Amino acid sequence: MPSADLFPAAGRRALITCRELKKNFKKIEAVRGISFDVYEEELFGFLGPNGAGKTTTMNMLATLLTPSSGDAIVAGHSISMDRDGVRRSIGMVFQDPSLDDRLTAEENLRFHAQLYGVSPADYRRRSEEVLRLVELWDRRFDIVKTFSGGMRRRLEIARGLIHHPQVLFLDEPTLGLDPQTRAHLWDYLLKLKKERHMTIFLTTHQMNEAEYCDRICVIDHGQIVALDTPAKLKKLVGDDVISVRPKDPSRVKAELDRIFQQVKYVEDGAYLHLRVSDGHTFLPILLTALPGEIESVTLREPTLDDVFLHLTGRSFRDEPETSKMSRGFRGHRH
Amino acid sequence: MRAATAIRTIAERELLRYVRDRGRVFVTVFQPLMFLVVFGSGLRSSLARSSFGVDYISFMYPGTVAMSIMSVSFFSTISTVWDREFGFLKEIMVAPVSRTSIALGKTFGAAIIAMSQGLLLLCFAPLVGISLRPQVIPAALVIMLLLASATAGIGLLVASLVRTVENFGVIMNLLVFPMFFLSGAFFPLTAVPTWMKIVSSANPMAYGVDALRQMLLAPTAGSGLMPLLLHPASLDALYLLAFSSVFVSCAVLAFSRRD
Ligand SMILES: Nc1ncnc2c1ncn2[C@@H]1O[C@H](COP(=O)(O)OP(=O)(O)OP(=O)(O)O)[C@@H](O)[C@H]1O
Ligand SMILES: [Mg+2]
Repeated sequence: MPSADLFPAAGRRALITCRELKKNFKKIEAVRGISFDVYEEELFGFLGPNGAGKTTTMNMLATLLTPSSGDAIVAGHSISMDRDGVRRSIGMVFQDPSLDDRLTAEENLRFHAQLYGVSPADYRRRSEEVLRLVELWDRRFDIVKTFSGGMRRRLEIARGLIHHPQVLFLDEPTLGLDPQTRAHLWDYLLKLKKERHMTIFLTTHQMNEAEYCDRICVIDHGQIVALDTPAKLKKLVGDDVISVRPKDPSRVKAELDRIFQQVKYVEDGAYLHLRVSDGHTFLPILLTALPGEIESVTLREPTLDDVFLHLTGRSFRDEPETSKMSRGFRGHRH
Repeated sequence: MRAATAIRTIAERELLRYVRDRGRVFVTVFQPLMFLVVFGSGLRSSLARSSFGVDYISFMYPGTVAMSIMSVSFFSTISTVWDREFGFLKEIMVAPVSRTSIALGKTFGAAIIAMSQGLLLLCFAPLVGISLRPQVIPAALVIMLLLASATAGIGLLVASLVRTVENFGVIMNLLVFPMFFLSGAFFPLTAVPTWMKIVSSANPMAYGVDALRQMLLAPTAGSGLMPLLLHPASLDALYLLAFSSVFVSCAVLAFSRRD
């Protein structure tokens, strides 16, 4: 991790400062002493596979878990010394369901607003605002039990926003949302950040969502493997990526090692991803050098997926899509 | 001020959940009535009227009220275990309210539900031949509230220690029956073996039943009731107050354990 990230650049104030934070569950080292800063008004993303330690870290920052060692300061309050101060400053949308499904949508919101000391007048205004945002205004007097999974998710997000927290924690906020709602939510989050100067800390599996973040922290096995802006992370991989599907991977790999020693590549299932500086001129050279060996080829810009593959040697796409959708029954892959 | 709002909010949710659950309302209202009718009529014929100072159904009636308060109050504290299983407890725990407010809100919620249940049962008093003097109702309500808080304190303590609804059920069953049978609801505790006297002298139910019995039955039974009573009602109230303070405090501590 570049040391620049440990010390905020001049003029940027760190709103979350995390130092050597560690959490062990019996034998499992879920979080292995991580340190990072999140700046004021930043949209900060935690990106990592299942079991990486994203939720554990977020729960420690939100005072729901006591760290095994290390400390963090959230909005000026220590998570071990001043939990109440932290709680007053944050909003949290959990990865797992956390609504009272016997109450109506409106009752869930009102319960939350009262616990956070939102005045009745503010509550009336804001509940309409957030419920319209997540398109549940017409369903506000319905019992949550009658809601679909996506509707519940939207209600949880509305609830997390209603007390206008200084820092908003979102643990996989778009889990189970349809593409249209997802897009809406992102528009709103970006608006909140800009207009209310809110600091947003989220976790995600979705590479395209990570692109919205100001900075991304890639985490794997409880450790930070990279922390930078999406653009700079992609630079790690090179300017262009050529993905080829060889007929015989071992033969093509041997040829690549022989002819193009300077070209780095990673293996990803049936594909090889080559990192090159000028793909447009390199592609014809590659195809001429390996006649008849390649079934298909794509030239593209690097994605965060490539970054992850580059950093960990594993592909994000190995994660079965279903594991992200069935909340509460997630199998952990390592 | 903030704490009062938090306690009220948490207690209100308990009440809301209770009234939403029609089945639970139905069961908690009809179970004690059935109990009174079936048990009372069954035993009345085989037990001599004279030894209880009053008709057996009347004798049982205050105990039935106490039992119903205890079971409703215990059953209400299960919501904490449900909240943990269904994830709602996270929403409460991450909120900027003290763990004491959370525990007190839960206790009051359960106690109010149980007390309103007891109040409802008082309306059935004429049906079992008991004429209530209106002036005893406020005092009876205080006893009911204290008894409900005492049992809610036990329930919440158990709820904050166990992880699953099954475990909660097992422990509650272990507690409910001895507390009920050693309460004096069925038979007076004045003529029982010494060990039973000792055990029941710790049982909050015994004090609740004793106090309710003198308040509710006095006009009907008159002095015939005297030999069956244990303590003055004020002493009963004092014990219940002490008992609920201790258990609610323990529940608060258990709640804030991880904090
Ligand atoms: N309460 C717990 N008890 C024991 N182990 C736990 C507990 N919570 C998490 N773990 C373990 O800690 C590790 C990190 O889990 P965590 O939930 O933080 O991962 P994550 O990055 O949020 O994954 P996902 O993408 O699946 O949500 C996993 O190996 C998990 O099994
Ligand atoms: Mg997680």
